[in-house]
Amino acid sequence: MVQYSRLDASFAALSDTTRRGVLEQLGRADLSITDLAGKFHMTLTGMKKHVGVLEEAGLVATQKVGRVRTCSLGPRLLAEETAWIEAYRELWASRFDALDRIVEDLKRKEKGDGRKRKK
Amino acid sequence: MVAKGKNDLTTAGRKSDREMVVMRTFNAPARIVFKAWTTAELFKQWWVPKSYGLTLLSCEMDARVGGGYKLVFRNPGSGEPMPFFGRYLEVVSNARLVWSNEEGGENGAVTTVTFEEKGGATLVVMRDLYPSKEALDEAIASGATAGGFDEQFAQLDEVLLAL
Repeated sequence: MVQYSRLDASFAALSDTTRRGVLEQLGRADLSITDLAGKFHMTLTGMKKHVGVLEEAGLVATQKVGRVRTCSLGPRLLAEETAWIEAYRELWASRFDALDRIVEDLKRKEKGDGRKRKK
Repeated sequence: MVAKGKNDLTTAGRKSDREMVVMRTFNAPARIVFKAWTTAELFKQWWVPKSYGLTLLSCEMDARVGGGYKLVFRNPGSGEPMPFFGRYLEVVSNARLVWSNEEGGENGAVTTVTFEEKGGATLVVMRDLYPSKEALDEAIASGATAGGFDEQFAQLDEVLLAL
């Protein structure tokens, strides 16, 4: 018997084109189920099912305010943003390490030139 | 989550809905650090980290207000040249640089770099300000989500085919 796991849930969630489209849309802005249903030309019930699957997998979070249920990217995708920011920092850290070496070089050259001029 | 080593001299974060900020202090006067940002010959020696496997084909910069810059990389995947370009909007010697990033069209960020000298050291603060939250989200998505996802989806498709 196959054990139901988080991994199965996300595989199932991502194996559908509409659901991947929903994630793309939510990456741009938070949307209500009604907005999403409209964008994908679906019934509310159909969209609710898709969102439910994504929510189960932690890919989407929903919040009900009044009569409107708003969907946003879920905690797992927020982790993606954290990972992106860390990669961004790493890129700059590597650049700045190289810049640091160049700056040290320039400083040394300037000092050398200064000494030559004094003599 | 703190990375150890020399690396963590650099701090970076999402400052607001539409702004990324990076900071680092250099042990040199501002005019030296500024020179390394505005001289193509020096700039190209540090802008592309070696570990990224990217080749910088050319680097031109005319660091004057209204002057342009252009960096061309070779795309490691396709081998095609990838140009990055824009214009300098503000140039204050040894203190401040502002440039546009125009390769991505309207959603490009405006980059501001400030150089603050204090006791012989210089604090460099780099800000990428995007025109909207959506533009920054999209930049993040294309880097982390889209890039990462495309790969994940390709792997997933293989897994599903094999079932």
